[in-house]
Amino acid sequence: MFNILRNDQIAPGIFKMTINAPLIAAKAKAGQFIMIRIDETGERIPLTIADTDDKNITIVYQVAGVTTYRLTEKKKGESVSDVVGPLGRATDTGKIGTVCCIGGGVGIAELYPVAKAYKNAGNNVIIIIGSRNKELLIFRKELELLGAEMLVVTDDGSSGEKGFVTNALKKIIDSGRKIDIVYAVGPGVMMEAVSNLTKPYGIKTLVSLNTVLVDGTGMCGSCRVQVGDETKFACVDGPEFDGHMVNFKELKTRQGLFIEQEKHACKIRGIIR
Amino acid sequence: MNKQSPKERIRNFKEVALGLSEEEALKEASRCISCKKAKCSMNCPVEIDIPGFINAMKAGKFDRAIKIIKEKNNLPGACGRVCPQENQCEGACILNAKKAPINIGGLERFAADYELKHMPGAESIEHRAWRQKVAVIGSGPAGLTCAGDLAKIGYKVTVFEALHTAGGVLVYGIPEFRLPKEIVKKEVKYLESLGVEIKTNFIVGKTALLKDIFEQGYKAVFIGTGAGLPSFMNMPGENLNRVYSSNELLTRVNLMKAYLFPEYDTPINIGKKVAVIGGGNTAMDSARVSVRLGAEKVYIVYRRTENEMPARKEERENAKEEGVEFCMLTLPVGIIGDEKGFVKSMECVKMELGEPDDSGRRRPVVVKGSEFIMDVDTVIMAIGQSPNPVFLKATPELALDKWSKIITDPKTQAANIKGVYAGGDATEGDDTVIAAMGAGKRGAKAISGYLKNEK
Repeated sequence: MFNILRNDQIAPGIFKMTINAPLIAAKAKAGQFIMIRIDETGERIPLTIADTDDKNITIVYQVAGVTTYRLTEKKKGESVSDVVGPLGRATDTGKIGTVCCIGGGVGIAELYPVAKAYKNAGNNVIIIIGSRNKELLIFRKELELLGAEMLVVTDDGSSGEKGFVTNALKKIIDSGRKIDIVYAVGPGVMMEAVSNLTKPYGIKTLVSLNTVLVDGTGMCGSCRVQVGDETKFACVDGPEFDGHMVNFKELKTRQGLFIEQEKHACKIRGIIR
Repeated sequence: MNKQSPKERIRNFKEVALGLSEEEALKEASRCISCKKAKCSMNCPVEIDIPGFINAMKAGKFDRAIKIIKEKNNLPGACGRVCPQENQCEGACILNAKKAPINIGGLERFAADYELKHMPGAESIEHRAWRQKVAVIGSGPAGLTCAGDLAKIGYKVTVFEALHTAGGVLVYGIPEFRLPKEIVKKEVKYLESLGVEIKTNFIVGKTALLKDIFEQGYKAVFIGTGAGLPSFMNMPGENLNRVYSSNELLTRVNLMKAYLFPEYDTPINIGKKVAVIGGGNTAMDSARVSVRLGAEKVYIVYRRTENEMPARKEERENAKEEGVEFCMLTLPVGIIGDEKGFVKSMECVKMELGEPDDSGRRRPVVVKGSEFIMDVDTVIMAIGQSPNPVFLKATPELALDKWSKIITDPKTQAANIKGVYAGGDATEGDDTVIAAMGAGKRGAKAISGYLKNEK
């Protein structure tokens, strides 16, 4: 059993949960994730570790299906039966030069540990975050505290510039500033758009993929993703890959494999998505 | 042994083989002629005193029978069900001369089930003082056997399991209808009663490294991390939706209980026409699971003939009874998708058998111009697995062969690092539950020998 220390809504449909998991907290590095199972009837889902302290890990999730909905019902002081990790390869956050860290939607929370690690390694970090509107701009305070240059965009212009993260990125590139690496995490369409933008400029671009997982340890192959000519397992080979090599079309298709089942399960439980 | 009728069982996940009744068990036991040089025992990878336990059964002393079995075998309920007895104890039975070998598996199962039913928590060991701490990585057949044997002689064993449930392939791989998970649960409980501690949700290589384990005071380590990494054929279309590894299908259904969706949250998405590629027991399990999930047509697609199939005869027969069709001498070359990215059909070629290869089986060769399209909407790849890479990648000091299997001394299961032993599917050759258990046993013996000289 893993005790829940907090589980708060931080934006419409987005929750932040802190779980007591000292062993995972001790080993977790930026870019890694956990698998969580609520109880006996629960499924195993992956969630990126957004923050850690001595004994606890923090995850941020958006309500998207049965499991994330059921997670919202958990209260401080209650527990979940299984948490395992840290899984996946950690981000290689050495000193590189100028790193542009881009987060979209709930991916902004996932960006936080990566941007922090790049910053702590002495890189010049530029952060771009974007969401549909002002309310959904999560982790803004935490990111601001890193003291890096930060650009904010929203689809409706309710905060920062109106537009997409790619507009902000393009402006930086067009200004002639040299970027050594772009790191993007967020919805598939966003990561694809970022990768398409940077490719002609030859800017190395890392994307952190969110695939369907079961065990998270390389056992099932549910997370297969085509990267260049090869099939990779996002759980053990990733979750980060070269954005210029990822087959995003296939990724999107594979993410939709269980959509009908999810809809059905939500419907019979009366969950409005 | 009585079985659920095919018509009935294809609609449920309950156990197919119903086991012997007490009367049947007594009758079967009475046929045993108690050979002095018992070939059955010699052919048991864990060396059970088979005539001994059968003699106890003849006298109706089922409690005594299970005690004798458990002296050597920590997982009798599982073994009585899934061991390939026809190649081992039963295959060696002298009564094969009369084509009527003793149903040793059935008797073992009866004794195990009798205990679970009548004597819950029959055994537990209280050691006055524990000997050194030993870590076992992975709670599959190899790890559990090693842990049980070491606990029985007083070692303080902790088993580290990556998943949320102990049992390894017994829980994620083998379906409920062949091995009920309740049996595995009870056998794991038995090991806990011996003093074995099981830590689930703990991935050695991630949650802690091998060196951390030694730093925590464990004096020896047995690695039984299994063959978790599924193989694919590297043919076009393999990443289409509804192409699964057998591991994924079976894990979703067995471990996560997707057959009870939406009562359980884990889904599975199976079509009407399923092709299972491969000829082993895992292929049979995948096919039979597909039947139960409601597929109308299920095909086993295998590049050789049924004679060369590694799957047990019993499992092949069960599959056929349940309506699974065998497409032999058939090699898939590509999977074709529809506009939504789901499987629409599969392209195959016909094969014929040529000269024998290294395995002694006749090598299948492609018949020129024999391409054809199979009308299927789901493809399950059951062509084998290689060792799970998570622990191995995090432990570069461990010597592996070219197939990424841990190199061990076949007598002692010792790996190249002092105090580290390995067995089961993570090493070469232990490809059945019972062979893995044999390796766990050898490992336990060697570890106890090693620790006697260590302080």
